[in-house]
Amino acid sequence: MKRLMIPLLLASASAGAEQMRHSMHHGYFYGVRVDALEYRHGDSGEELGYWSADAWWGTDELKARWLSEAEYSFDHDSWETLDNRLALQTPISDFIDLRGGLRFDTPDGENRQYAFVGLTGLLPYWLEMDSNVYLSEHGDVSVDLALEYELLLTNRLHLTPELELDAALSDDEAVGVGRGLSSLEAGLRLSYDLVDRAIAPYVGVHYERAFGRTADYVAEKGEEREGWFAVAGLRLMF
Amino acid sequence: MQRYFKGLAGVLLASLCAGTWAGEYSLTVDPVTIDTGDFRKQGIGYNGASPGPILRFREGEDVTIHVTNNLDEPTSVHWHGLILPFQMDGVPGLSYPGIAPGETFTYRFAIKQSGTYWFHSHSGFQEPDGAYGAIIIEPQGREPFRYDRDYVVQLTDKHPHSGDRIMRNLKSSADYYNRQQQTVGDFWRDSRERGLAATLKDRLMWGDMRMMSSDIEDVQGFTGLINGKGPEQNWSGLFQPGERVRLRLINSSAMTYFDVRLPGLKMTVVQADGNNVQPVTVDELRIGVAETYDVIVQPKEDRAYTLFAESMGRSGFARGTLAPREGMQGEIPELRPAPLLTMADMGMAHAGMEHGEMAGMDHGSMNHGDMAGMDHGSMNHGQAAAMPADPFYAQGSGLIPQAYNDGRFLSYADLRAQKPLYEERAPTREIELRLTGNMERYIWSINGIKESDAEPIRLQYGERVRFKFVNETMMTHPMHLHGMWSILDVGAGQWNPVKHVISVAPGTTVYMETEVDAPGKWAFHCHLSYHAAAGMFRTVIVEGGPQGGDS
Repeated sequence: MKRLMIPLLLASASAGAEQMRHSMHHGYFYGVRVDALEYRHGDSGEELGYWSADAWWGTDELKARWLSEAEYSFDHDSWETLDNRLALQTPISDFIDLRGGLRFDTPDGENRQYAFVGLTGLLPYWLEMDSNVYLSEHGDVSVDLALEYELLLTNRLHLTPELELDAALSDDEAVGVGRGLSSLEAGLRLSYDLVDRAIAPYVGVHYERAFGRTADYVAEKGEEREGWFAVAGLRLMF
Repeated sequence: MQRYFKGLAGVLLASLCAGTWAGEYSLTVDPVTIDTGDFRKQGIGYNGASPGPILRFREGEDVTIHVTNNLDEPTSVHWHGLILPFQMDGVPGLSYPGIAPGETFTYRFAIKQSGTYWFHSHSGFQEPDGAYGAIIIEPQGREPFRYDRDYVVQLTDKHPHSGDRIMRNLKSSADYYNRQQQTVGDFWRDSRERGLAATLKDRLMWGDMRMMSSDIEDVQGFTGLINGKGPEQNWSGLFQPGERVRLRLINSSAMTYFDVRLPGLKMTVVQADGNNVQPVTVDELRIGVAETYDVIVQPKEDRAYTLFAESMGRSGFARGTLAPREGMQGEIPELRPAPLLTMADMGMAHAGMEHGEMAGMDHGSMNHGDMAGMDHGSMNHGQAAAMPADPFYAQGSGLIPQAYNDGRFLSYADLRAQKPLYEERAPTREIELRLTGNMERYIWSINGIKESDAEPIRLQYGERVRFKFVNETMMTHPMHLHGMWSILDVGAGQWNPVKHVISVAPGTTVYMETEVDAPGKWAFHCHLSYHAAAGMFRTVIVEGGPQGGDS
């Protein structure tokens, strides 16, 4: 009986090899992260809602990502920004990933679609970096660079400065982007990890400024070139 | 009860007929609720409980074990450390397909050894979720030590999150569970103690590498359990003053190394990983994940003694009590300060590291001069230089253990086999296994390759292979070879201890030898659950030898 069992077991064991890869060595993972879900109160009284979210699925080698960023004006009941991206991402070094895909800007007003490619990851000294080049459907090229650092006041209380710069190689007046350095955003948020790292409420300040021709477009619309905001929100991760 | 009758009947019958023992056992794999005293969670157990029953075998016994899967997912049972035909080893995909929901698999094998072992699921994260139990095997002959009482002390690290969730969180953010990272406060404190320049230099060095000196325990936030009981629930073993008590320490944790002590008592280590060792008396010992140590203690006073097991990174502890009467408690020590890794743990001596960044740090003077100054106050009072050298830790490592009372801490270098299992002979070849990984991406590998992309390691039946482990990561890895013994090279020749798990500290190179005497397909992996799952795993195929691997 024992001898009979052995060849059978051998056969079934090799058939199960693939199964093991899936049961033991989970190759696929997913994650959802909402870096910001916040309320902004401007120095000139305007009220905005803002989110920045990222959902991914994939392996160590290749991830599919959906990135979403939006700014909603409660004063005008309108989307000032509504930006969704579908991207593929793959590692190119120990700490840096190459990411590329499509970006769909569908705020109230003129829409735009872009192809984009960028680098994202961790720089030395724990700087989180995300930088992209965009090519719009009209052939306009623009770039951005975002940097973030998490300072640990304690292991749960974090102070996070962040900086984002946008620049364009040409004017795209319809969406209010001018050639050159177009805008700068800087933030400082104090967050507390309330439930693991899943729920972290925060408060902070946010500063935005438009430059050059972009600033002119902003002014033409009757809006402020720069603004300070007090912000409060939640960071979520699940 | 029926099980015991059956077992007894079998034993009697077998001993009458053939002069051997035979026992029949049954295990069910069940969903269970685990209550640690800190939290309750759904988990997996055997015969309705986690930990499962203590299986007691006899050396020479032919065991038959029926395992019935009551889960709604496949399961498996691996008999950790047992020497058996590979089809009975219980690794899905290598030994067999696993056990489908509702099915019963019958294991049959001869018990060829004695000592303390354990069993656990080898499917998914069922083991971190509670699927483990202890095995005690009585030897045929007399044991070379005496004791009056015998307790299993099975240590585990129970986490409120499920194993799947932990793995996912680690993949999302590798430092998800590290709550001992250096803060602004630590920076100012270190600046005061060691000077601003030195502190800044230290932080910049780690920052430049994008690594953390606090990355000692991947998964913090657990409650340490002894035999399923949390610190508040206080597992207790009774003794009469003056009795010799054998404690069978088993580390069934998913991720946690424990530093074990019983303040006021010395422990005489008599067995490591099931094999007798020449007795060595210590004040404290570090038990790697999946290792077992049998120690004998002799409490003489009529009082409670605390059994205290701190995690290596000091982020949690397990606690139990030895007492002359029920309900007694001893003092619970404070957790000692968390250690920090040093540049010595970064594998400065190894070729595999990025040369550019490391070259400047790759100097003895670095380790002894600058680094000594940076070894934290918490790192045992900055006495790195004064500490005796331990060949199983890098010189100047932040992980070198120190006994709580400045007494003796067990080192691998102290272990000597009581009786050699094999004749001493030269190895036929050497296989180098670099332990590698990418912390930030939570990818773990061997020689830079994850299991899913790797070719199996092929061994020839009859070989004696020397394995060279080079730990290029900053974490300690308990390496476990299934099916064959791991003879740890402590430089004692034929008296080298025989183990089934070899712990390799960061920045070190460790050798083990294996008599390749078991044909078939075997698993060889880091026993940290999430490291194995993330790729620090190899299939070992032993070619040749008796047909089918059934010897």
